[in-house]
Amino acid sequence: MSRSSQFQSVGRKTPRVDAEKLALGRGTFADDLELPGMLTLGVLRSPHAHARIVRIDTSRAEELDGVACILHHGTVERIAYSSAGQGHPEPSPWDMFAFDVKVRHVGDRVAAVAAETPEIAQQALDLIEVEYEVLPAVLDPMEAMVEGAPVIHDEEDAERIHDANRNIVAHLQASKGDVEEALSSASRVYERTYEMGYVQHAAIEPHIALAWMDEDDRVVVRTATQVPFHCRRILARVLNIPLKRIRVLKPRVGGGFGGKQEILIEDLVALVALRTGRPVRYEMTRAEELHAARTRHPHRTTLRAGVDEDGRLVGLSMNILENSGAYGCHALTVMCVAGDKALSLYRIPALSLDAIAVYTNLPVGGAFRGYGAPQGFFPLESLIDEIANDLGKDPLEYRRDHAIRSGDPLPMSKALGEGREGFEQTIGSSGLFECIETGGASIDWKTKRSRVPGKGRFRRGVGMACAMQGSGIPGIDMAAAGLKMNEDGSFNLTAGATDIGTGADTMLAQIVAEALTCSVEDVLVYTSDTDLTPFDTGAYASSTTYLSGGAAKKAAEDVKEQITVRGARMLEVGVEDVHVEQAHVVSTDGRKVSFSEICLDTLYVEEQFQIQAVASHMSYVSPPPFAAQFAEVEVDVETGIVRILRFVSAIDCGVAVNPQMAEGQVEGAVVQGLGYAISEEMIFTEDGSPVLLDLQDYHIPTARDLPELVGHLVETYEETGPFGAKAVAEIPIDAPAPAVANAVFDAVGVRIYSLPVTPEKVWRALQRKGRSFSPDTKDKNRATTRS
Amino acid sequence: MTEFHLNGQLVRVDSPVNWSLLRLLREQRWWGTKHGCEGGECGACAVLVDGRAVPSCLTLAHSLHGKRVETVEGLGKPGDLHPLQEAFVDVGAIQCGYCTPGMLMASLELLRRIPDPTEADVRDALTGTLCRCTGYVKPVEAVLLAAQKMQEELS
Repeated sequence: MSRSSQFQSVGRKTPRVDAEKLALGRGTFADDLELPGMLTLGVLRSPHAHARIVRIDTSRAEELDGVACILHHGTVERIAYSSAGQGHPEPSPWDMFAFDVKVRHVGDRVAAVAAETPEIAQQALDLIEVEYEVLPAVLDPMEAMVEGAPVIHDEEDAERIHDANRNIVAHLQASKGDVEEALSSASRVYERTYEMGYVQHAAIEPHIALAWMDEDDRVVVRTATQVPFHCRRILARVLNIPLKRIRVLKPRVGGGFGGKQEILIEDLVALVALRTGRPVRYEMTRAEELHAARTRHPHRTTLRAGVDEDGRLVGLSMNILENSGAYGCHALTVMCVAGDKALSLYRIPALSLDAIAVYTNLPVGGAFRGYGAPQGFFPLESLIDEIANDLGKDPLEYRRDHAIRSGDPLPMSKALGEGREGFEQTIGSSGLFECIETGGASIDWKTKRSRVPGKGRFRRGVGMACAMQGSGIPGIDMAAAGLKMNEDGSFNLTAGATDIGTGADTMLAQIVAEALTCSVEDVLVYTSDTDLTPFDTGAYASSTTYLSGGAAKKAAEDVKEQITVRGARMLEVGVEDVHVEQAHVVSTDGRKVSFSEICLDTLYVEEQFQIQAVASHMSYVSPPPFAAQFAEVEVDVETGIVRILRFVSAIDCGVAVNPQMAEGQVEGAVVQGLGYAISEEMIFTEDGSPVLLDLQDYHIPTARDLPELVGHLVETYEETGPFGAKAVAEIPIDAPAPAVANAVFDAVGVRIYSLPVTPEKVWRALQRKGRSFSPDTKDKNRATTRS
Repeated sequence: MTEFHLNGQLVRVDSPVNWSLLRLLREQRWWGTKHGCEGGECGACAVLVDGRAVPSCLTLAHSLHGKRVETVEGLGKPGDLHPLQEAFVDVGAIQCGYCTPGMLMASLELLRRIPDPTEADVRDALTGTLCRCTGYVKPVEAVLLAAQKMQEELS
């Protein structure tokens, strides 16, 4: 029997607390609000990848009837900041300004206009005259580091850039043991380079924010954000106003995936509200989303791995070249995660990471579900597969033989913290072995791997990959929650936690209900209001269940204690003679008082007080959830088209607080991961202009594109998590890409070293190889053999 | 002046000639219909016009004279959900909920046309609605469940 089966609310598929209103289409999103006299804002964006603004003339736009406010570098204070939306002190460099005299990528901000209607705003933007001195642009990160390359951040007032003259945002080195020594004594060394391109979050709700001044002359920002508290802190800096003058509200959010961690537009609406005193709205167009929002950082990664005579891994080095685009948002920390997660999955005695993030004149990288882990696991899991095949071993068994286990130290956790030193950690719960077994059985690994190779046009293969993530940022992320009791036995839960469609509000209600033995319906959840709810770092780093859930559990336990004391007193027995059950305090002789009676007693009858508690939660460990993911594909050798037939995920997220929501997280992440694997890529012209500016061209998976998706939740019990829970939101996006690439190799014997795995790449690889392939003569890779 | 039926009620509107139905609805505070691209790509703004699912962002408000428009607000009420809405809630097909109204309208058109659809029919019908949260697994399940329930109610 699983440990979760003892719970009443946790581990059950409670419908979401917000599902009904969303099904009814009720006005719950940022844009579902109209304020009297609300202005519309539009942004003039750079047509050049790299240019200096020599002259900007807004006089004709100002003359237009209905224009209320124009913002540009001449009218807005110059304050260096980062839009990355991280905690304090921020690990990303302060290398941007609300408006600058320079533009650094196509789509960079030049000016903004707020006007009575969208049409007037657009007309005014068209009337702004800008004279640019076009500068040479650099699009390749390798070229950007070369002496004499255009310097993208030549401003004097940026802060904490590693080496601005060489366009280097950040440089990171970490090691365990002596990799060079390990590789030189290895019997074989494999060296491969992998490329991962630009992809976009493409949340269906674009970035949207409204701002207005309240009756106390404070600015209120209602925004689709993942980080209301960071948003308030960063706004205070960039607007140069006291933090206490800002209130940030997060209504329902239409998907984030990391893209809405960025403080991308809130400064604009807040500035207009402050200057005009009027409400204002700005929503990015889809075209803006697809080049002026944030992306997953492209990585070019070289791995070197050595094995001994028995085929055991003895050393692994990882070199990352990260393209950060025009600004350094999340540049350092994404590389930390890529290195930390990928280098920790297997027991390897010697490890090293050397990672460089570089500026180019392309769109800006940011947080994106997985946060570097997908860029770490595509190389790692492709290489592990290649090594196993080369050694004539079953890739599933090879992985299992090397996999990290419960009780093992996390080798890089101290060296690779959140852009600074982290903390020593040991693996607590791990279901990785069970995930490999369960997933392997589900896809029928043994039978399908031993299948007689196809000879026809369509050939099938299976591939797998494993991954691990974390649950929050150890020693840094903190969540707080408040809980207050009402006369009918219901509770108001206030939390900074940020539900962006993830189900966080529901999960919190379930945890409180579990701790208090009440029903989920009796927990009224109110979250993400910087005036009224306690602090929370926000919805990122897979932290909400583990940390915000932990805070809610603590608050509920405190409240339960207060309820118990009063209940015992009302029953005229000691606290040791009562327990709490089904929203009652029950004495050992069977008498009971209801939560409602207890609350009435505390509020009105005797020694009155409010039963309530506020609790905070943080952790120095970040227990990893694990995944084993399996793809079965069919490759058309005539066209190179890869069709995914079946995709199996086995996920260890500890106890799933709500299994139905956890399945939903797995399904959604897998599909996003399959887009990364085969269909999604932002492409640019030679001068850095974006080519794909709508969702017709930038192809995210549709209902018809998808294979059979199978998900298995492999339950473990994480002792440090609330009711045994770990994180689930990011882990399933980490391994679909390598699982698919490995399945392509199994099907047709070619390895694709770059994402996405397009028909063109597969076809070209097949041409190079010759069509006469049969898996018995699978390409011997270019391993160097030492004697 | 354009006259049309909106969820069964006759409405008369005098909107600028360039307004889309989407803009008209939202300016009238019918917030149910969402918008994700305003180019007909994402399907979040799907409504039914004379029973056919169309992107309201590409439908001119003036073209609606004499037509029947249905939006998500016409489907169910609090405590009295349409079987499709009920199924979306029950199977967990709603994550962020932003594409939900568009999916519901596309599904409604399907179930009126084909009351007992196959999974492939449902996938085809939902292909015009992009969703980035669910991976479409549970929405497809929800439509099939709703179809089954509606068939049972009829028999």
